Amino acid sequence: MTMNSTGRPTRSDNAAATDAPTFTGNKALQIEEALIFEIGDFAGTGVDLAEPEAREDRLGGLNRNSDIGLPGLSEPETMRHFVRLSQKNYAIDMGPFPLGSCTMKHNPRLNEKVARLPGFADLHPLAPNDAVQGALEVIDTLAFWLKELTGMPAVAMSPKAGAHGELCGMMAIKAAIEARGEGDQRTRVLAPESAHGTNPATAVQCGFKVDGIPADKTGRVDLEALKAKLGDDVAGIMVTNPNTCGLFERDIRAIADAVHEAGGYFYCDGANFNAIAGKVRPGDLGVDAMHINLHKTFSTPHGGGGPGSGPTVLSEALAAFAPIPYVVSEEGKFHLVETRRAAKAEGDGAESFGRLTAFHGQMGMFTRALAYMLSHGKDGIRQAAEDAVLNANYVQARLKQEMTVAFDGYCMHEALFDDRFLKNTGVETIDFAKAMIDEGYHPMTMYFPLVVHGAMLIEPTESESKRELDQFCEALLSLSKRAKSGEIEFFQAAPVHAPRRRLDETVAARKPILRWTPENPAEAAE
Amino acid sequence: MSIKYTNDHEWAKEDGGVYVIGISAHAAEQLGDVVFVELPEVGKTFAKGDDMAVVESVKAASDVYAPISGEVVEVNQSVVDEPAKVNEDAMGAAWFVKLKASNPGELDEMMDEAAYKEFAENS
Repeated sequence: MTMNSTGRPTRSDNAAATDAPTFTGNKALQIEEALIFEIGDFAGTGVDLAEPEAREDRLGGLNRNSDIGLPGLSEPETMRHFVRLSQKNYAIDMGPFPLGSCTMKHNPRLNEKVARLPGFADLHPLAPNDAVQGALEVIDTLAFWLKELTGMPAVAMSPKAGAHGELCGMMAIKAAIEARGEGDQRTRVLAPESAHGTNPATAVQCGFKVDGIPADKTGRVDLEALKAKLGDDVAGIMVTNPNTCGLFERDIRAIADAVHEAGGYFYCDGANFNAIAGKVRPGDLGVDAMHINLHKTFSTPHGGGGPGSGPTVLSEALAAFAPIPYVVSEEGKFHLVETRRAAKAEGDGAESFGRLTAFHGQMGMFTRALAYMLSHGKDGIRQAAEDAVLNANYVQARLKQEMTVAFDGYCMHEALFDDRFLKNTGVETIDFAKAMIDEGYHPMTMYFPLVVHGAMLIEPTESESKRELDQFCEALLSLSKRAKSGEIEFFQAAPVHAPRRRLDETVAARKPILRWTPENPAEAAE
Repeated sequence: MSIKYTNDHEWAKEDGGVYVIGISAHAAEQLGDVVFVELPEVGKTFAKGDDMAVVESVKAASDVYAPISGEVVEVNQSVVDEPAKVNEDAMGAAWFVKLKASNPGELDEMMDEAAYKEFAENS
């Protein structure tokens, strides 16, 4: 019997016990939940509304003449349905979420309390400036600290996620190039092969052609290869730092200088800012634009709070092209600059590229991020970065005993492994990841970055304690040993304890079933 | 004429005055189950090294580059309809496009079977 560190069995010895069928299909608290369309009654409704009294409609005969086929459930049925579904979900509030390049850190509850204050939560985006001075001050204060942390003179607050921030930065770059009269000439954007997929996608969206930069042997941008690709048709470069191999781009200043010398701009993907926040100011590295994922670096990751938010800091060269709207403070009073004409009047010949979103950005994320910053303070943010890097290096050092590190040396916030340690075992990265599900962990990022074979990218963040990291490492070391000792069937069967076993991802991608159809079509329409 | 390969795992083979292009069996194996293929339109021209097609598997999405310069004269709709073909017969029935080469000399820069085999084993 396999025992865990506290002497309890980790697996049932009686295989039949886990497979023992139940009448309902439920396994204790693991409820077999059907789709809402399958449990709902199409004739019923969960609310009891009186039929309206005689009324005259003004639809001109365009009334609906059949049922719309929505399931009717009572309130408790509806609530149970969604709670049961939510319990099948892995979340940062349940355990470590080691997804590399995602910074899945804990979301302090203080953030949620602040974001729910009615003065912030119940605002209407069209409320007059006079009535929302507090909210505007929050935006302005957060903007100040983002500029301070990055050493950049301007920030666009409205982008709604990382990729949206990239779009903002690249649109500013495009506007700057067009203002120089070089719009037709500078059409190429350089991006490393290890870039997030959103980088080339953003460049293409902005009408640029993407040219890949190879990585050198240490997993960083090959500076000489980059220089060879520079020319007067290059609009800019998009580099993530620390990069997606979890490494700091040591030549970052030389990269920035070379790009600037060639007349291009430097976009930095700020997805990994958590590793350097409070330690390094991107403005000092020669960056012209960088998005900051408030929902990563400043907590509230996917599924842990709110939506995304990707404010984008801009250098002196790009500041004039920042999108509207933005907040301006004058003698303790705040107002929004909402039009390009107003922007022009406000700054010295500011040439805003226009409006990026309907309103001012993700207010809920602004309050959460500012709450995070103020509760951490200057030293706290720096320590979070240091602890995140320490945790990743601890994981790398421990797992190195059994797993193969992709690039030698210390890493930053994430540890990157390749699949060399699985060579000739028959076990692949995906099997290893599925076995982690049985151990109760969300798998790490797999098969990314593409420059590393069978990549496994682990980002523990600063949220995890040593005890948590130790258990995580022990679990992975144990799996590594089992893979090497030839337990291929165990891996290919995994996961066995999940609500569903391994899905056929190929069929799911080739023949996806995207909507529910009733077994008896008449049933839904009745 | 024999089959030639690129560093990026495309192959090209002459067939009746045009060049048949596909991805190598090694590439298909590395990608795993292919679930999506996007091919260019007939009549489009590419310079050597341009992004020409896209292939997506359960593991990754990859660009397929034009191994030689030329104009697309035919595309293999059957791999778009049935991406699984790429895994079954990457070197044969699952060809991607046929190109009218504008500079057939570019083929000389590509690897032959033996050189590619060695390259693939060491990559």
